[in-house]
Amino acid sequence: MFELGLIGLLTRRNVIFTLMSIEVMLNAAGLAFVAAGARWGQADGQVMFLFILGMAAAEVSVGLALVVRLHRLYKSVDTDSASILRG
Amino acid sequence: MFARSCRSEAIMLPAFYISAVIAIIGTVLTITRLHAVHALLYLVISLLAVATVFYTIGAPFVAALEVIVYAGAIMVLFIFVMMLLNIGSRAVHMERAWLDAKAWIGPALLAAILTAELIYILIAGRSGAVGINGVGPQQVGISLYGPYVLGVEMVSMLLLAGIVGAYHLGRNAPGEVESVDDIESGLQRAVAGGDLVRAGSDRPAHTP
Repeated sequence: MFELGLIGLLTRRNVIFTLMSIEVMLNAAGLAFVAAGARWGQADGQVMFLFILGMAAAEVSVGLALVVRLHRLYKSVDTDSASILRG
Repeated sequence: MFARSCRSEAIMLPAFYISAVIAIIGTVLTITRLHAVHALLYLVISLLAVATVFYTIGAPFVAALEVIVYAGAIMVLFIFVMMLLNIGSRAVHMERAWLDAKAWIGPALLAAILTAELIYILIAGRSGAVGINGVGPQQVGISLYGPYVLGVEMVSMLLLAGIVGAYHLGRNAPGEVESVDDIESGLQRAVAGGDLVRAGSDRPAHTP
């Protein structure tokens, strides 16, 4: 339904906004699952939403830890500042 | 469960559309805000609206989980990290400036609409679904621990990996110096104009 408005939003240069956009996209996918499950009267859609929920929780915890790490290194949360990889 | 009355549908259908519109508005305002905390407020509104959509299409269990996990736990994580990133003496003045009316009047308005809609649903009658048959929590539980028990185990392992990974990334490395307080830090942060939160950007270097 409104995933089209949600997926085209990864245009911000900020890591926090990127994480929020990922949350929104996962939420839209979960909404599609639940709506489809409710349309055909199956419980599978809600089960899939529970899996999406758990995955989103794990992803957000790791992502925010990365944000803290990045902020300690570069004193900024700009995405482009972390474009240099060095081990 | 399969026989929904026409009256219940007449109640639920406008509620579904109103909350869907609120979800779209909240999401659009989320991605267009310049300030991260304002965007977070609109994101919470959007998640609550999606939870109301879940309730109106006959999935009350998932609606409760959406409120608890998304709007509760994940948003608390976001807020913690944001408040962790702007430690500074100017933060108090900045937070006082955040509390003016135009910062919170938009989310408050949308949340008031959602609250009115929920009260209307609760007063108007028992929970129904929009033209479709709802799925109760019992069916979800039976299906979750019946054919999907392997998926539950995989999600638990994923969450364990998430905990360990977050701890490993978030701790200080043994040789790493905590350099938040030195002079260069303040200068660099002032130079980096695109900082997330502007509160800590121009703090004096000697503040703890």
